[in-house]
Amino acid sequence: MITVETFDTLAAASSAMAGAGSGNRAGAGGSCYMGGGTLVMRAVNYGDGDFSRILRSRDPALLRIEPDGGGVFIGAGATMAAIAGHRETAFLAEAATAVGGPAIRNMATLGGNLFAPPPYGDLSTALLALDARVRTADGQETPMESFFARRRMTGPLVAGVTVPRPEPGVLRFRKVTRVRPKGVSVMAIAVRLPFRSGRLAGVRIAFGAMGPTPVRAKSAESALEGGGLEDARIARAAETLAHDLAPADDALASAWYRQAVAPVHLARLLRSAREG
Amino acid sequence: MTTFEMRKEYFADERPEDLKEIGRPTIRQDILGHVTGRSRFYDDHLFDGLLHMRCVRSPHHHARVRAIDASAAEAMPGVRRIVRSGDVPKNLNTLLSLLGFGRDDEPLITPETVGYRGEPVLAVIAETEAAARAAVRAVRVDWDVLPHVLDVEAALAPDAPIVNSEYPNNSFDYHDRYDHQKLRFGDVDRAFQGAERIVEGRYRMSPIEQAPMETCGAIAVPESNDRFTCHTSTQALFFSLATTAKLLDLPSAKLHFIGGTVGGGFGGKVDSVVEPMSVLGAQLTGRPVKFMWDREEEMQVGAPRGAEMWDIRDGLDRDGRIIARRFTGYFDAGAYTRLSSYAVVKAVGHLPGPYTIPNVAANVYCVFTNRTPATAMRGFGITGVDFAIECQMDRAAEAAGLDPVAFRILNAYRDGDMKAHRRLAKNTALIECCQVAAEKAGWPLDGTALSQSSLSGGGGARASVPETATDGEGRIGERRRRALPAEPLAGSGPRGRLPEGTIRGSDVAAAPPQRMDMGPGSGPDLESFVVPPLPAAPSPATGPVPHQPPIAPSTAASSPAAPATPTAPATPATPAAGDSMLAARLRRSRFLAGTRRR
Amino acid sequence: MTKTAVTFRLNGAETAIFVDGGQNLLDVLRRGVGDLSPKYGCGQGGCGGCSVLVDGTLRLACITLAESVDGASVETAAGLADGPRLHPLQKAFMEGFAAQCGYCTPGMLMAARALLDANPDPAREEVVEAISGNLCRCTGYEPIIDAILAAAADLRGGAAR
Ligand SMILES: Cc1cc2nc3c(=O)[nH]c(=O)nc-3n(C[C@H](O)[C@H](O)[C@H](O)COP(=O)(O)OP(=O)(O)OC[C@H]3O[C@@H](n4cnc5c(N)ncnc54)[C@H](O)[C@@H]3O)c2cc1C
Ligand code: FES
Ligand code: FES
Repeated sequence: MITVETFDTLAAASSAMAGAGSGNRAGAGGSCYMGGGTLVMRAVNYGDGDFSRILRSRDPALLRIEPDGGGVFIGAGATMAAIAGHRETAFLAEAATAVGGPAIRNMATLGGNLFAPPPYGDLSTALLALDARVRTADGQETPMESFFARRRMTGPLVAGVTVPRPEPGVLRFRKVTRVRPKGVSVMAIAVRLPFRSGRLAGVRIAFGAMGPTPVRAKSAESALEGGGLEDARIARAAETLAHDLAPADDALASAWYRQAVAPVHLARLLRSAREG
Repeated sequence: MTTFEMRKEYFADERPEDLKEIGRPTIRQDILGHVTGRSRFYDDHLFDGLLHMRCVRSPHHHARVRAIDASAAEAMPGVRRIVRSGDVPKNLNTLLSLLGFGRDDEPLITPETVGYRGEPVLAVIAETEAAARAAVRAVRVDWDVLPHVLDVEAALAPDAPIVNSEYPNNSFDYHDRYDHQKLRFGDVDRAFQGAERIVEGRYRMSPIEQAPMETCGAIAVPESNDRFTCHTSTQALFFSLATTAKLLDLPSAKLHFIGGTVGGGFGGKVDSVVEPMSVLGAQLTGRPVKFMWDREEEMQVGAPRGAEMWDIRDGLDRDGRIIARRFTGYFDAGAYTRLSSYAVVKAVGHLPGPYTIPNVAANVYCVFTNRTPATAMRGFGITGVDFAIECQMDRAAEAAGLDPVAFRILNAYRDGDMKAHRRLAKNTALIECCQVAAEKAGWPLDGTALSQSSLSGGGGARASVPETATDGEGRIGERRRRALPAEPLAGSGPRGRLPEGTIRGSDVAAAPPQRMDMGPGSGPDLESFVVPPLPAAPSPATGPVPHQPPIAPSTAASSPAAPATPTAPATPATPAAGDSMLAARLRRSRFLAGTRRR
Repeated sequence: MTKTAVTFRLNGAETAIFVDGGQNLLDVLRRGVGDLSPKYGCGQGGCGGCSVLVDGTLRLACITLAESVDGASVETAAGLADGPRLHPLQKAFMEGFAAQCGYCTPGMLMAARALLDANPDPAREEVVEAISGNLCRCTGYEPIIDAILAAAADLRGGAAR
């Protein structure tokens, strides 16, 4: 039997979770925090989530999308639809719209996307390429990369992310699916390609669905850093991908296939960036 | 807008002119219910005290149940009844037994040895679906995991694990004599010897789930007159009724089946599993019982169109006419017969496709493997082999250096020709279809191809192919006996048919055994399957990727480079254009065929 | 078993019901309230058969926690028609052969309704996107897209795009 508890603040939910000494998601013990519930309710329906207690929060702060220093703060409860439709987060609209169909986007939250297992996590992939920082209920901020490196279903709940605002056109996103117009990822690719006086400086290349969490392809980043987007460089960057990606088999694509086509898709994305 | 056109010159006697409904658009009778949400599908009936039934299923492809401990489940709140295999009055059936075809080989709830992942070994009936799920998870099964086989060739190897004890050779028995269904027409062996060119190909099709939007399910309700009403999603109401009567050993007069409003079937709602389950539940509890597959079950245990594998060998003469064609076909039935045995019969009746080939031979096997049992799907028995034949036609055209459409016209059957199953062809019109299709696609044809007609040139010598004596190749049990010469066959079914005498063996068993294991994958949800969604122009972001491993044709032609998009070239199809066309088509066919993994 | 009281407006009518912990809105609508128009196709958010509007936004009832709609307004396909007067979408679906088995139809209608409420003059691609979370195995989608465009034109007063 499942009980549902709703809290007025995220902090209260977070300490209720910590008090229970258990995880915040399906499979991690007694309690599970629910954002939009697109994945949590699925587990409830199929009876395969190892939890008997659902915690929710109706904290209005969770819905905030607002300027924050040089960037934007996005509350963990903001939905894909809200992010895609908000002026402040227009640079994320493509990645947010890549998630699910319209009904899913009305429900799916940023917080849930950060914890969604592969092949999910499209928006999170874009956030990783943007060097976003994850803010937890205890006020701590963690760079996205270390957040993913240590993603645990137990730690404190996530309050939101702060995202440095990219210059226009610098973020490129591509989702590869086998089903159109809607389908989950064979892979998602987000690249940030800032040019400083004709040379790339601060390249970020992030892949989703190519490992247990979104990951950066650091060898490919260094292959591009300091140069331009010439064919030879693109080819070199694409060649290195096997070092950094560790995809798994699923029913949509085998690990082999994902590895084999990742360079092709990265090269295409980079060439299309060059062509503007 | 209609794209249908009846050319009376070819189909003069096919359809009278004065039909009022057929051939005319009409508003569906049930459409008002559909658009108002008031059409009553089986689950759109509410009952007080409805109970929910769910199965404990095998996590293994092949395993024996040592023991089941359901005591914890039985004690859980809301659980009303544990249903065991022994509760099924006559726990063995084969669907086509209603037509007297095949032997009973499948239990409703399996008592001992399961042959596929997801096979039910116990059921739980509870007050709510959640309680039924919780109880199912609380059942402990002690499994003795057995070696499994997931590939048809491996299953036919003499030392393969026995999948289905009723058919210990892992192949269905045809005509009480052969381990395959045969077709013999003309003399292929002699014709191959005289052929100018031999073209061979192997074609594989993955299973395809029908994926109806409504999953399979039924609600059974005990009535006061000792009868049971069953609301069901079935596509085959009386088939399901008779199957239920047989398994539950009930007179069919005790059953009142209500159905007909089906949320999509496509062949996947014929197998009559949910109806006997729900009626059994209602019998055992005296309450209305719903047995409904969730989406995972629909995808995992719902019987798909089975996998097929076809080896085709063509012999061509100097002009590009196919003078001989040999098929070796394998239908992957999964663990039980269901309808696969009949799919094979239909497929063989369809060979060699719509072409006039004077010498045709086929050995087609209905093979048991430890995969989900397969059943009907649209174009039942035909779609897979047609796919193989048309791929082979492209390959052969390329080998002969001919335009693929002209090659089809050259070999197409014509009115009056004798077909391989010894019926005269009429209303063929394939030639004209090719001509019209080529025109609409802007595909240039030469004058010879354009001047052909299905109404002339047929019959005569093309109709007089003498009958071929059937050979004794592939007797039941032969394969296995060859591998185990000294010992009697272990585990042969209750009626173990092992005919005496060794007759000329088929060469199929010579192939080295292969095992194909299911890759790890996420649970079978809708997301993980390519259920065709909306049509949309392919975006550059998601177009074909030129890194597919090429399928190397086994003809002399080298495998050509793949072009980016499969479109008809504007120029006449030179051999080079043909190459790219073929490669594009083959590549595309991988996507078409590979829509499901199990 | 703990039950929670939930009140909401269903197609304009005040509704109150007790729900189980973790129960989804689809189950509550169908079995609890008896509105059978939303359909179960997956319970995973993957098929769109259970599409409903909650406070005007499109949602999937099967993955909506029932108690989360407390105080909200829920609309389903059963409420589309105004008495015997069909909604233009319903008419267009009827006339345009946009349903075969009809199982996806209530969900399709609600997804289309959400689109037309927000965008009375959608382009074809916008229609495609709007129903991209709704699967149909029978029709091949084209008649559905055409019907939605026809209904949009009808709603705008016959002005074709
Ligand atoms: C049909 C369908 C299609 C989908 N398509 C896509 C897709 O294309 N791309 C994609 O990326 N995803 C997709 N998803 C997955 C999912 O909907 C999204 O990833 C979504 O963003 C998850 O958010 P949620 O709020 O619904 O998560 P929930 O289900 O509420 O939660 C998911 C997990 O995150 C945890 N969590 C949620 N919020 C917090 C928080 N604030 N702090 C800590 N932990 C938290 C939960 O405990 C849980 O473990 C799809 C899902 C479905 C059902
Ligand atoms: S039943 Fe809700 S989306 Fe399929
Ligand atoms: S009409 Fe049958 S699923 Fe759409």
